[in-house]
Amino acid sequence: MRGALRVGSAFFAATAVALAAAGCGGGGQDPSVVRASWGDPQNPVEPANTTDVQGGKVLDLAFRGLKRYNPRTAVAENMVAESVESPDARNFTVKLKPGWSFSNGEKVTARSFVDAWNYGALVSNRQLGAPFFSYVEGYEEVHPEGEGAKPTARTMRGLRVKDELTFTVRLNQKFGLWPEMLGYSAFLPLPRQFFTDHDAWLAKPVGNGPYAVQSYAKGGIMRLRTWKDYPGPDKAKNGGVDLQVYTDNDTAYTDLMAGNLDLVDDVPASQLKHVQKDLRGRYINQPAGIIQTLSFPMYDKAWAKPGVEKVRRGISMAINRAAITRQIFRGTRTPATDWTAMALGEHGGYQAGLCGTACTYDPAAARKLVEEGGGIPGGSMKVTYNADTGSHKLWVDALCNSVNKALGRHVCDGSPMGTFADYRSKVSAKKMSGPFRAGWQMDYPLIQTFLQSQYFTGASSNDSGWSNKEFDGLVSRANAERDVGRVNDTYHRAERILAREMPAIPLWYQNGSGGYTDRVEHVALNPFSVPVYDQITIKD
Amino acid sequence: MGRYVIRRLLQMVPVFIGATFLIFVMVYALGDPVAALSGDRAPDPATAAQIRRELHLDEPLWQQYLQYMGQIFTGNFGTTFDGLQVLDKMGTAFPVTLRLTAVAVVAEIVVGVTLGVLSGLRRGRLLDTGVLVLTLVVVSVPTFVSGYVLQYLLGVKWGWVTPAVPIGAPLDALLLPGCVLALVSLAYVTRLTRTSIAENARADYVRTAVAKGLPRRRIVVRHLLRNSLIPVVTFIGADIGSLMGGAVVTERIFNVHGVGYELYQGIVRQNSPTVVGFVTVLVIVFLLANLIVDLLYAVLDPRIRYA
Repeated sequence: MRGALRVGSAFFAATAVALAAAGCGGGGQDPSVVRASWGDPQNPVEPANTTDVQGGKVLDLAFRGLKRYNPRTAVAENMVAESVESPDARNFTVKLKPGWSFSNGEKVTARSFVDAWNYGALVSNRQLGAPFFSYVEGYEEVHPEGEGAKPTARTMRGLRVKDELTFTVRLNQKFGLWPEMLGYSAFLPLPRQFFTDHDAWLAKPVGNGPYAVQSYAKGGIMRLRTWKDYPGPDKAKNGGVDLQVYTDNDTAYTDLMAGNLDLVDDVPASQLKHVQKDLRGRYINQPAGIIQTLSFPMYDKAWAKPGVEKVRRGISMAINRAAITRQIFRGTRTPATDWTAMALGEHGGYQAGLCGTACTYDPAAARKLVEEGGGIPGGSMKVTYNADTGSHKLWVDALCNSVNKALGRHVCDGSPMGTFADYRSKVSAKKMSGPFRAGWQMDYPLIQTFLQSQYFTGASSNDSGWSNKEFDGLVSRANAERDVGRVNDTYHRAERILAREMPAIPLWYQNGSGGYTDRVEHVALNPFSVPVYDQITIKD
Repeated sequence: MGRYVIRRLLQMVPVFIGATFLIFVMVYALGDPVAALSGDRAPDPATAAQIRRELHLDEPLWQQYLQYMGQIFTGNFGTTFDGLQVLDKMGTAFPVTLRLTAVAVVAEIVVGVTLGVLSGLRRGRLLDTGVLVLTLVVVSVPTFVSGYVLQYLLGVKWGWVTPAVPIGAPLDALLLPGCVLALVSLAYVTRLTRTSIAENARADYVRTAVAKGLPRRRIVVRHLLRNSLIPVVTFIGADIGSLMGGAVVTERIFNVHGVGYELYQGIVRQNSPTVVGFVTVLVIVFLLANLIVDLLYAVLDPRIRYA
């Protein structure tokens, strides 16, 4: 009996030592690893199917694409690509740098890209990011428009592999800025294993980035470790990153305060009051590529009548953006003066003040404009929002309060909807009867992602149903340009039409807000409000 | 006894079908899952149609329900939108919540019954009044308040425990969340036990036992407690089901990746297969717990017999 007991404890001791050595014991934390908060990705983490920030973090850690957006300036810079060139803004030749490989040793070739893109575009693979390939010639054949239509091809005509490190792309229209899209995660390369053993790949994604996935417990924790033989120029400055799923932002923040977590990239609203005191200089609050707007149902006759644009402009002038961003959001939003986002940068097409006086708070002018336009349609309006996420109630009530005060009459009320799913299905079905909240997060730092996707006639995310020939013409003209400056100028002219017609009121740009412990240094957020993990260093 | 159990099990069938159908209708009434899937952007129509077809969302509701029930009886709970088998999700979530519930129930039984017996035997004295005040306070404070306060004090301020439960949820990390989860029920168990004990302490059989000269310990444990536990067992039995379902708040506060967390995520993301699957299992747990409670009556009070 005693002997058995001794054997037992010796066994436990040995197991404990083994576990600690393997670094996977409960307390056996590798000191060179950054512990960061994470949320459960909405979809399986695969390049063309990941449209949410959480899945995007993994792709950013474990992959490198043809281009990469500079974490500070948001400019697209060559990464795996040696060059992307075109004589006519329609036929592109992509040359890869030699020496890149996936962390399993497989070489990154032209085929790694072409196969991945064809997979992403094919409708039967039901990848949410498929529309990103819609500029490639032959997209309609692999991804037919109609519901239930069968694809007539499995690969896109426009993609051709020339040799191991070269492929060509032919677009179905002129699009001079197309290479700038290539930093987006849908365009990442994939190794053979993705196609031959898809389930195994999803369980443990293999990429070509500075980190390799060590283990992934779905819904729990993903451990990424620095890949020693990473051939790229941006090697990781720490030993690895543990992405830990938190059920609640507040709990992540509490764990940060207790020192069990190094980094949170979303400080919950309830903690903003004392975050400065808690974290001193370790609180980050910087613009992200996100804008929030108030959209109007332009498919509703009452809101689309000529003359009502004065009412819409008037409502915009009745909103005290500065006060709301200060009081409700405690400085984590910046009043908007155009329809893009500050984090886009001037290179990407951001220009402050394009909205002009229509976005400045002026109660007297607001009252006058609304009267000239014939008053609020129906005498009063309800601002619709979803109540389940994002504490929208707070700001909608404040916004209505501001409008009511400025117009001197009670005309505005909030109208909550139970779930985001319900809200989104009503918005896409175009069943709104008054203004509703809208938001847009940039996919890539180009003015096109903000304007074309939301305001071009019939565009997939044109939720207000607005249509303007002059605007459409300018957008098409801008896309055909090859010079970045000319593209942006043309888009700015289109934005001035938005200022005149005001189908959506720009409210504020959203900031990324994060915090970290004094164990780590050099923490920053990129323009997509994702932490720049590879630059984080551990203090000794 | 055997026939009674079989009859009860058969009665569970219509309850099960009715409950799952209601959940099914409610979840599907919440809105379009495919619209929720792609965030603030509108999903591409062709891709959305493909997803709808694969998930049978394009068929009438009753047909979807029949298909779903057919699946369940072959042991398949479907696939969640993030590409996992619901069954696998249950495999990781239910053990965690069961452990959490076990901690809570043990706390209820040990602390609740002990406090109840003590205050019931000392009716009207200082201890009784003290426990009364304590239970009133506990009942009136909502779980999320006590949860956050205890988490801050014990986890951040004094550093006795980790404020968030690590992945895998080891038992020692579950002690605090388990107690927080138990708090309100614990107060009820105390009140129930106290009343029952106080009432039975004056019963004839207790007087007889005292007159026979039995030792006090034996009178309290074998005679008094055993008879007084019937309402308490009813409560705890019914409570197991609600503890598992009601762990939503506690699990969120302490970062426990259990049933509550999966349900919350499922509802927020409109992940219908998860929600319906998990609630279906909870319904079964609830029904079984009630059956076991009824059977326990016979053990506690031999006069109760089921034909």
